Amino acid sequence: MSGYLDMELLRFTTAGSVDDGKSTLIGRLLYDSKSIFEDQLEQVKQSSERKGLEGTDLALLTDGLKDEREQGITIDVAYRYFATPKRKFIIADTPGHIQYTRNMVTGASTANLALILVDARHGVVEQTRRHSIIASLLQIPHLVVCINKMDLVDHSQEAYDTIVADYEDFASKLDVKDVRFVPISALNGDNVVNRSTTMDWYEGSTLMYTLEHIHIGSDHNHIDCRFPVQTVIRPKTDAFHDFRGYAGRIAGGVFKPGDDILVLPSGFTSKIKSIETLDGPIDEAFAPMSVTMTLEDDVDVGRGDMLVRANNQPKQIQDVDVMLCWLNSDGPKPRMKYTLKHTTSEVKTIIREIRYKLDVNTLHRNEADKEVGMNEICRVKLRTTKPLLADSYRKNRNTGSVILIDEGTNETVAAGMII
Amino acid sequence: MSSYNLTHIKELEAESIYVIREVFAQFENPAILFSGGKDSIVLTHLARKAFHPAKVPFPLVHIDTGHNFPETMKFRDDLVEKLGARLIVGSVQNSIDNGMAAEEKGRNANRNAIQTVTLLDTIAENKFDACMGGARRDEEKARAKERFFSHRDEFGQWDPKNQRPELWNLFNAKHHHGEHFRVFPISNWTEMDIWQYILSEKIDIPSLYFAHEREVIRRSDTWLPVSDFIQIQDNEEIVTKKIRFRTLGDITITGGDESDADTLKKIVEEVASARQTERGNREDDKRSETSMEDRKKEGYF
Repeated sequence: MSGYLDMELLRFTTAGSVDDGKSTLIGRLLYDSKSIFEDQLEQVKQSSERKGLEGTDLALLTDGLKDEREQGITIDVAYRYFATPKRKFIIADTPGHIQYTRNMVTGASTANLALILVDARHGVVEQTRRHSIIASLLQIPHLVVCINKMDLVDHSQEAYDTIVADYEDFASKLDVKDVRFVPISALNGDNVVNRSTTMDWYEGSTLMYTLEHIHIGSDHNHIDCRFPVQTVIRPKTDAFHDFRGYAGRIAGGVFKPGDDILVLPSGFTSKIKSIETLDGPIDEAFAPMSVTMTLEDDVDVGRGDMLVRANNQPKQIQDVDVMLCWLNSDGPKPRMKYTLKHTTSEVKTIIREIRYKLDVNTLHRNEADKEVGMNEICRVKLRTTKPLLADSYRKNRNTGSVILIDEGTNETVAAGMII
Repeated sequence: MSSYNLTHIKELEAESIYVIREVFAQFENPAILFSGGKDSIVLTHLARKAFHPAKVPFPLVHIDTGHNFPETMKFRDDLVEKLGARLIVGSVQNSIDNGMAAEEKGRNANRNAIQTVTLLDTIAENKFDACMGGARRDEEKARAKERFFSHRDEFGQWDPKNQRPELWNLFNAKHHHGEHFRVFPISNWTEMDIWQYILSEKIDIPSLYFAHEREVIRRSDTWLPVSDFIQIQDNEEIVTKKIRFRTLGDITITGGDESDADTLKKIVEEVASARQTERGNREDDKRSETSMEDRKKEGYF
C-alpha cells in the first residue's frame, strides 16, 4: 500500500482479431492480477452459462457496447485499467478487424508498448505484419510478441523458435528498437502472470514480469526543450497584480528557473523567472509535466507559441512531409482545405501531393495508385498557411504529430507523423 | 525510478490539467458539472491547479434532483464560496412542474433518468459549448469507450459507434452551432487513484464518505438511507447501522456499505481490499446490463 504513490504508469496497446485470443489474454491479465471484482466475475459467469459454455470465458470481461456483445466483436478502442504492486497499467484494447488501422493507430498514439499476438499454429501472418508495421510507424518504443496457444502445438520449443526466427527476419525491415518474445497460453495462464510448468525450455520472463520491469524512463524526450503555450494566466487580483504565467505541458527537454529561452515564432529572448504550481514553485520541469512559467521580461507570448532554447530549435516549416493515416470514409479531395492541429496551434492546410501509398501488410510503396481511402496510409506533402514549429515524429511524438479536420463536418479525418 | 520520470498519479494529474486547459482555450463557454461526489470534487481541485494563482474560470453546474443528501448540498455551497466560483443550479423539480419531465412511479421510483432533461435544458439555456464531468473509464463498460472530448449532437445525444478518433494529445473541439461537448479530464483515473489522490492532496470531501451511524432499510442487497423521498414497505424494517457510501448519487438510489472506515487512510485500505465494484450499490445501474449505455446515448452524464 505504501508504494502505491510511487508507481510508474505503463500504457500499452493490444491488437488482434476475434480468434487469436486477445480478449482471453486481457481477461487473464485482469483476472490473475486480481483486478476483477466479484460482481463483474459473477456477470461473466452468468453470460458464459447463458451462451452454453463449459467454463467461464474470461474474454467476456472485455465485452462492451450492446452491438458488440450481440455481434461478438469489438467496434471501438476500449480502455482498461489494472495495477500490480509494481506498476499501474492502461490498456488500449483495439479491435483487429473492423477499421483496424484507424483504431490501432489511435491506441498506438499514446502507448509505451505494443503487445503483438501470434497464434502458434499459424505463425507470422499478414495481420502480425500489419500490426507490427503500424507499431513501428507510430514509434511505439517497445514490442512484446506473445506467441499464444502454445498448448495447441504441444508446448513445442521448435514451433516457438521457428516463429521467433520468422518474426526477427521480418522485423529487421522495421524501425523498432526493442522486441521481445514470450511463449504463452492465455487460456491456461501459462507464462502470462504465472510461470509455465509445461515449457521448462523457456528461460525468459513471463509477460507480466516484462510489463512490470521494462524500462520506460527514456520513452519521453528529455533533451530537446519544447514548451508549447496553451494559455496565458493573468489573475488580475491584488495579490498577483503583475502575474503573467504561461501555462502548458512540457513536450520535451528539462526547464529550470534561470534558463535562457527563445520565444517562437516571435524570436524574443528572455529568462525563466519561476516555474509555478499550486503546490509552490519548483526547481525543474520535464515532459510530460503540466506547469506555469513566468519570464523575467514582459514579452508578448500567447497560445500556439513555443518556448525553446536558442541553440536547439524546432524546424519552422510550411511545406510539411508527413506519413498520413486516413481515418474517414471520405478520402482526401484535391485542393480541399483542412484545419490542421499541431501542439497548441491551429492552421489551414492543403494536400499538395500524394507521393505514394504504403501497403501496411508488406511495406510496399505504391506510387501508381493515389486513391486514398479509410484505413490507408500514405506519404504526402502538405502546405500550411503559417509555419509549424515542428520536429520529426521520430525525434518527438508531441511536436511531430498532427491531425487534419474537415471544415464542413468537423470530423477528424487524418492523423499524420512528420518526417 | 530515474529522476526524470513521473509517478503514475503525477502523470495522470498532468494529463488532466492539460485537458482542462485545452477546454478553457478551445471553447467559448465551458462549465464544470458538479454533483458533490468525490470525482467532481477531484475534477474541481484539478481545475484549481490548472489556473493557479488565478481563480477557476468555469461556473459549477449542479443538476438538482431535489432528492439530495443535505450533507452534499452544504458541502457544495461551502466549496463554491471558497472558490469564489459561480454556481448554476438546474432544477429537476422545475422540469417536472413545467411538464418537460414526468416523475417515475412505483416502489423504486427515482429521478435519475429524468435529470437528463434538466441537464440538457440547463446546457441549452446557458449556451454551454462544453461541460466537463468527473466520469471515469474504469467505472462502467459504456464509459470505457468514451473520448476525452466527447461530441454531442444538437439533441445532446451520444453516438458511441461514430466517435471521432482521438490521437496523441490533439483534441478536436470543432462543432456546429447548437451542438456541445462533454469533456472527461479524469477519464484515465481509477477509483483507487481518486482515493489515493484525495488522501495525498488532503482534499475535503463530504462526511457521507466516512463511516457514520444512519437510519437505513435493507433493499436490493444494500443499505438504503431513510429519507422523505422513499416509500417504506410494511415488510421493511428501519434499523440504525454504521455505514459509509462509496459513491454518491441521489439519496433515493445510493446504497451504503457497513463500514468502520472513518478516516481517509481506512477508506483507502477498504477500497484496496474491496471485492465489489463501486457502482454495485447504485440502483440506477442495476436496471439492465446496458442501462448506462442507454442513458448516455440520450444525453445522460
